Amino acid sequence: MNGVHDMGGMDGFGKVEAEPNEPTFHETWEGRVLAMVRAMGAAGAFNIDTSRFYRESLPPHVYLASSYYRKWMLGLEDNLRDKGFVTASELAAGHAKEAAKPLKHGKFGLDDVERIMVRGKFERTPQAAAKFKVGDRVRAKNIHPATHTRLPRYTRGHVGVVERILGCQVFPDSAATESGENPQWLYNVVFDSAELWGPDADPTVKISIDAFEPYLEAA
Amino acid sequence: MAEHDHHHYDDHSELSETELRVRALETILTEKGYVEPAALDAIVQAYETKVGPHNGARVVAKAWSDPAFKQALLEDATKAVGTLGHVSRVGDHLVAVENTPERHNMVVCTLCSCYPWEMLGLPPVWYKAAPYRSRAVKDPRGVLADFGVSLPKDTEIRVWDSTAETRFLVLPMRPRGTEGWSEEQLAELVTRDSMIGTGFPKLPGSPS
Repeated sequence: MNGVHDMGGMDGFGKVEAEPNEPTFHETWEGRVLAMVRAMGAAGAFNIDTSRFYRESLPPHVYLASSYYRKWMLGLEDNLRDKGFVTASELAAGHAKEAAKPLKHGKFGLDDVERIMVRGKFERTPQAAAKFKVGDRVRAKNIHPATHTRLPRYTRGHVGVVERILGCQVFPDSAATESGENPQWLYNVVFDSAELWGPDADPTVKISIDAFEPYLEAA
Repeated sequence: MAEHDHHHYDDHSELSETELRVRALETILTEKGYVEPAALDAIVQAYETKVGPHNGARVVAKAWSDPAFKQALLEDATKAVGTLGHVSRVGDHLVAVENTPERHNMVVCTLCSCYPWEMLGLPPVWYKAAPYRSRAVKDPRGVLADFGVSLPKDTEIRVWDSTAETRFLVLPMRPRGTEGWSEEQLAELVTRDSMIGTGFPKLPGSPS
């Protein structure tokens, strides 16, 4: 979706301000939100792409005005409500009122913590040969899906070069809408700055993205 | 008891709307048997104590000290880091990118906040915020200036936008004056920002 989350190249957000000696969490609730998202994801309530899609689907003014973990909280509430794990009435009451919906992997307990501290594997067995090879010139397609995609707007329509092949991986566009993993070849594609930002761009800069095969066409 | 209840009430009256909603959600998830609160405690504790830039720093220090490891790291970072028993376990899809006098690497996630958690811990607020995400791909030198970092005009800057599940770790250049240093000593010089590409390692003798 062409959402406000797709920020690459936007102007007006000001300087980057780093906080010295920043704590892991600024408020206790931030850690609880992170833990709930990880736990419910691991228990099978949703996948990581769905989780991202819920955050980027927040209304733009909410997205921009909310802190990072507040976005996580809002996305988690919407996600769990839509999937029937909690109800609006429960969220309003702050207590369970209805029977639980079974989780694909069951209750998330203490024994499950260690396994989520290691990232999941996203590589899958390819169903077909990779269409592109290292060194190929490719164009990021001019596509604007209304649902989740990982092709940033600033690259669409522009030509880059395949630099690495990263295997065949779960396709976020499909996973986010719960329509299966639909694995696709993944490439690291590098663009010259002038190709993306025009003749005034800093000529020493190159930008790369990881792009799934359906995002690309031969150029 | 009355005294305790009174304080309890006062505490609650000061909770923010967000905090109330987070508590409500946790109560519901617990009452419905989806999560064990102790498991949530353990997740929070793990992110506060176990994962952090010290993991990445050990990998960088090893690469600075051991050319065979460095080569293995650049070829397949997941595999190479997996051989280091003392570093936290790492998931798939880790890629290490090397800074050289000719090329500087910088990592961003313009779409959300993808970041190599096992190597660096949870990302800082600035990494997840609009100014960095919007500008890193268009004006990386300007962003570096915000960090007080400047590079020679002809140094190539490569910005890696983390748009899939690949996670990028910058291998910074080893500071001069560290000949003969142990891996432990070298790891002390490796900062979080130097592994994102928005800073350099500390110099020998600089305050820690």
